[in-house]
This record gives sequence, C-alpha cells and structure tokens, in this order.
Amino acid sequence: MDQTTDKTRKSDRRGFLKNAATGAAGLAATGPIAMAQQATLKPETGSNAEVTSNQKPGSDFMTDVLKSLGFEYCAANPGSAFRGLQESFINYGGNKSPEWITCCHEESSVAMAHGYAKIEGKPMLIMAHGTVGLQHASMAIYNAYCDRVPVYIVLGNILDANFRRGNAEWVHSVQDAAAMVRDYTKWDDAPVSLSHFAESAVRAYKIAMTPPNEPVVIVADGVLQEEPITEKHLRIPKLVTTAPPIGETSAVMAAAKMLVAAENPVIVAGRVARTPQGMKNLVELADVLQCKVMDTRMRMNFPSTHPMYGSNGAVIAYPNVSDADLVLGLEVQDFWGILNKMTGLNKFGMETEPKTKPGTKVITISAIELNHKSNYQDFFRYVESDLAITGDPEATLPELTEAVKKLLTADRRIAIEARGKKVAELNRQAHQRDRELAAVGWDASPISTARMAQELYAQIKNEDWSLVGNDRFASSWPTRLWKFDKHYQYIGTQGGAGIGYNMPAAVGAALANKKHGRLSVNIQCDGDLNYAPGVLWTASHHNIPLLTVMHNNRAYHEERMFLALLAAKYDRDPSTSNIGTELDGPAIDYASIAKGYGQYAEGPISNPNELGPAIKRALEQVKKGRPALLDVVTQPR
Amino acid sequence: MTKYLILISLLASLLTTSAFAQTKAGDVTNGKRLYEKDGCYQCHGYVGQGGTAGPRLAQIRFPLAGFIAFVRNPPSGGMPPFRAKVLSDQELTDIYAYIKTIPEPKAAKDIPLLAQ
Repeated sequence: MDQTTDKTRKSDRRGFLKNAATGAAGLAATGPIAMAQQATLKPETGSNAEVTSNQKPGSDFMTDVLKSLGFEYCAANPGSAFRGLQESFINYGGNKSPEWITCCHEESSVAMAHGYAKIEGKPMLIMAHGTVGLQHASMAIYNAYCDRVPVYIVLGNILDANFRRGNAEWVHSVQDAAAMVRDYTKWDDAPVSLSHFAESAVRAYKIAMTPPNEPVVIVADGVLQEEPITEKHLRIPKLVTTAPPIGETSAVMAAAKMLVAAENPVIVAGRVARTPQGMKNLVELADVLQCKVMDTRMRMNFPSTHPMYGSNGAVIAYPNVSDADLVLGLEVQDFWGILNKMTGLNKFGMETEPKTKPGTKVITISAIELNHKSNYQDFFRYVESDLAITGDPEATLPELTEAVKKLLTADRRIAIEARGKKVAELNRQAHQRDRELAAVGWDASPISTARMAQELYAQIKNEDWSLVGNDRFASSWPTRLWKFDKHYQYIGTQGGAGIGYNMPAAVGAALANKKHGRLSVNIQCDGDLNYAPGVLWTASHHNIPLLTVMHNNRAYHEERMFLALLAAKYDRDPSTSNIGTELDGPAIDYASIAKGYGQYAEGPISNPNELGPAIKRALEQVKKGRPALLDVVTQPR
Repeated sequence: MTKYLILISLLASLLTTSAFAQTKAGDVTNGKRLYEKDGCYQCHGYVGQGGTAGPRLAQIRFPLAGFIAFVRNPPSGGMPPFRAKVLSDQELTDIYAYIKTIPEPKAAKDIPLLAQ
C-alpha cells in the first residue's frame, strides 16, 4: 500500500480544522518548526496560534499499518502520548478492526488482551503511555510473558524535547520507553520514521506469534504521530508468520523409542495447546500410547472426557507421577517440582528427594529454551532429563505420534491396550473420589467451592460454555468435575501468579467469545477483583456478555495461610493471620459495586440453596448480552 | 507414607501414656472456636472438607492420640508442627471433638448435581 499515491484520500477529513484556524491559517502546512520561526518574527500573531493542517498526520499511516495486522480490538486507558493514534483510529480508521475498547486501567487493558489471546489465538492491540501507562501495565505484561501469551503493546512517547509542551508531556516522556519491561517482553523497537514504524510493527507481530509466544512493544513517537506525512513511498511490509519450531527429527525418534519401550509412561502437559489443533495432537498421541495424561491446565490441553485424562485430585499443577517409569514433560512450567519434592516450608538446606521411582526416564519438549532470559526467575529449577528436545510441543507432537506408530510391534500393541484399560479404570476411580470429596460440606454456609462449581455447571452444561477464569483458588473443582472437551472451554492461569489478572482476563476472553456466541462464565476471587474493578464497567460499556460468580472468601487467603503457618512454625499466635490479609469489617458489597458499574448483580449469597436460582436469573441477563455478577460468600478454598 | 503412619502410631502410644492421659474430654464448642480462631479452617475448610491447601478432616479416621501426634509432627508438606505452646493437648482434644461432630456427607450418587 503506497500512501503517497493516495493523497486525496480522506482529504476533507480535517477540513473543519482549517476553517477553525484564525491568524495562523497561512502557516497551516508548515509544521511547528516553521511556526516557531514565524512566531519569532511576528509574535503578535504567532505565539498563541493553533497549528492546523489538512495534511494527513503520520498517525493515519500508523493506523493503516496496525489495521493491516488484523487486530479486532485496541484496549486502552486514554493517554495524551498516543492521542494522535487514538484520533486516527477513530476518525480515519472508522473505529473498526480494531474497535477501541475503553479501559479504566492499563493493567486491565493488558490482562484483557491476555485472556483474549488464549481464546482467539492471536494478540489484541494495547496502547499506553510510555511512562505512567506502562508502569500500570507492567505486572499484567509480566503475567502474559510468563504465560507465553502474545500481547501487542504500542506505547506513546515524545522523544524530541522540542516537541513537548510543559506539564505532563515532560514527565510522560522517556529516553527508552520499553526498557522497563524489556526483561519480560520478547522484542521491542522505537522507530524514528514512519517507514521504520511499518517494518518494526510487522516484525513485532511476527515475533509475538512465533512460539514461544510473548508480548512485544512498539513505541509510537509523538512527532511521527502528529506531524504531517512527508516520507515518500511509504509501504506496509507483508506479514508472513513464522512456522513454529519443531523438534529435531532424530531426537523425536529417540523419544518415540523410549515411549514405546516404557511400561508405564505418563505425559505431563503444561502449555501445549496454543490452538485447538494442539489438543487434537495430544489426544492422538494418548490414543496411540494409551498412557495417563496429566493436564496441568496451563492451557486446555486435553479433554477431561478422555479415558486417559488423569488430572484428578486437588493439586492439578503438581500431578503425582510416582508410578511412572517415563515422564514426558510438554512445556511444563515447574517440571522439577513435579518430579521432586522438597521441605514444605522454606529453609536453608531444604531437603529434596525424587517423587519418581529410581530409573525413571525423563523427556522434555519445550520451546522456552529458545527465549530464556535471566533476570526474572520464571525458568524454574533445572531439570535433569534424559532427553531434551527444543521445539514447540503442539507442532512437534504429530511427528512424535507418527514415529511411535511406526515403532509399535504387535506385542507392544497388546501390552499398550492392556495398559490403557488399567489407566482408564484408575482414572475413573480417581474421578469418583473427587465426586465423593465434593459432597463433603455440600450444605455448608459459607458455600463450599464444590457446591458453587456444580450449581454453576448445572446451569451451563447444555450451553456452548467457556470458563474464562482461573479455577485454582476454588480447589480446581470445575477442572475436576466438569466435562471439558473443547479448547476454548478453559483459559488456564495467570502465568506470573500476579493477582489482578483474573477479572480483566475474563472480560477479554469473553470479548473473544462474543462473536462466536459462546456463554462465558468466570469464577472470580474477591482479592483479585479489587485491584482494578473498573473493568466491570468496560464489560458493561461494550456489552460483553459474561457471568461472574464471586468466590468471596473475604481475604487474601493464600497469604493468610502463609502467615498462620509461619506463626505456628515460630511457636507464635496463628490467630493474628487476619491482620493485613482479611477483606472484611466491613464486608465488601460486590453486588453494589457491580451494579454501580452497570452490571446486573445479586448478593451476597451465603445460603447454598439460593445459589442455583440466582445463577439462573443472572444467566438470563447474560444471554441478553449483558454482564452479570453474583456475590457468593464461600469457603476459603 | 507407611513410615509416617508407624511414626504416628508410636507417638500416639507415647502420648497415651503421658501428658495426653491428663486431658479432659473434648469440648466441642471450644474446639469449633479454636478451629476457626487458630486457622485450621484456612486449609481444611470450615467443615473439614479439605481442598487445594489441605486434606479433608471430616470423618477423621485417626484416633485422638494419632491426631495429636500428627499435628505435633506432621509429615513433610505445607503444615508445620503445632507445638504445645501454640495448641495444648487439651485444645487439640477440643478441636478433635469438634471435627468428630461434622456430619457424614451424603454419597455423591445421592446428590443430583454430583450424580453423573
């Protein structure tokens, strides 16, 4: 697309500015530098004159560049550092593809994009100030980085001091805007021309979408945004996304031999299924190997309806692999922690010992090693594997499955089939144990998290539903009890364990689900919601259908548990653990908060028998396209 | 796990013949108060249902002596020892009495939302 061949396009768009100009009309096309020079000569007319232009600003071209990347939405809290882009997006770009999403906090913008990407498989565009906006956004960016999720961030900044006026423009300017988040983004650039912006913008998208997927940052300079386009022969480079890295063939063959030879292999799935195809690929391998698949639910990797699904029990992230003679780890976050145990409480010289049997073989397939960084310690403890394959698991699995098939002899097929029956029966028994555990405290008040999960599931199980929040803090009851068989039915966890993620991620995921007509539901911790509750308004303002069921235990409960345990460790009073951790006295009225942000809401609900009817009423509103929230007072976990 | 059970049994027998023998019958009301005040519910739930952070206590199978021995010397995991300075044998006896009052749950098959 050559911008200079289309000079008349939208030529009257800013005509009103020309008409509104006063004494500076004759200087309209000369830009601020010439303007300043004129002002020196004729201070009586120039010093306070408005700079107007009927020429296209650079932000129009930037808009074309960003539209070419196929973004559906741009989430932002408004900021003067990208005002040019915002004006162009709306008046020049028509506020379509991307559509502007108004956020009340930059952390919400990024976390929305995080949740959106997990459903849609591609990034949402984010804009923020290069300084204060990015500072707000940084924790959410860290979560997305740790969770290997692509987020596309455009930062406004005025690098040239001569272009800044006073007040906020100096304190909102920075030499190297992306420096603050460089440790936890994959790539960034600060283009100094429009052609540079075009190339870097396309490159950034390509990098973000290459596994390991991670956030990228492009700085949109204020001068480039707001000055008229003067560069000749501007064009937008063609985007060609990179084929994902696949494990080296001989290593994949070696892995297949080990898997076929193993008597009881176990697959541990971390962030495997980037797309629905990843889930299919893992199912095909499990079907061939007939071995247990432990899905840590960092992604929706494996259907819970499959007989090989082994993720029962409370601690989904750290499955029991003690009976395995081979463990295949697919993009597992803390694989060492699954293979080994250590002293329960921190201390120097923590004892560790393997959870696995002596002689158990370990294989890893991971793309993370392609982009390790050193400052933030998200790489976890070193795994002493027998075979380590660098590659994207989703893309590597088909070759591995084919290699396994070719190696299977008739004898091994018989043994594997027998193993499959045994594994399926063990998994069935484990699932039954979970159901019996869910019955304990069924009629309790505060409401048990198992009861809450099942009351919700009863109302949605016949719909095309999607659980767009993290269920870990609710003892993973949905993961343990619901039937998940579609990739979009669960979006996993925060990544960096940064609280404040869940509510905006749920709104972002629900936004992605909206056009597919899916019913989005979210189990929402109270502590998490309080970081930036304004995202409830964003959901209302943009008519994002989403049912939020509060898991309101009235505390930052994880920390409360830590404090009680430490007090006991030191022979001190554990009853003080509420100080600094409880969210009570007064109890926070989440229903009133949600109503204030324009949502349908009910609560607090403490009687378990009242929950089902309340969910039904709320879902009626959600099906009309409106977000709703139920404040449910729950057991701690 | 077997070695822990042996250890617990050993400690239980020691406790039975020492200070533990001096405790009175458990006070359910005080046990419930302590269960909540000192944070047992935080990991095990208000009705001992268990969860991500701690195992189920409802319908506990340990005898009282085994329960006290476990709390004093829990096997490796997230729970530290709760020594007598924090919870006396009598207080643990009261907590145990409360836990024992937690009613038996229905079978999952008898709860429509859990019957599959």
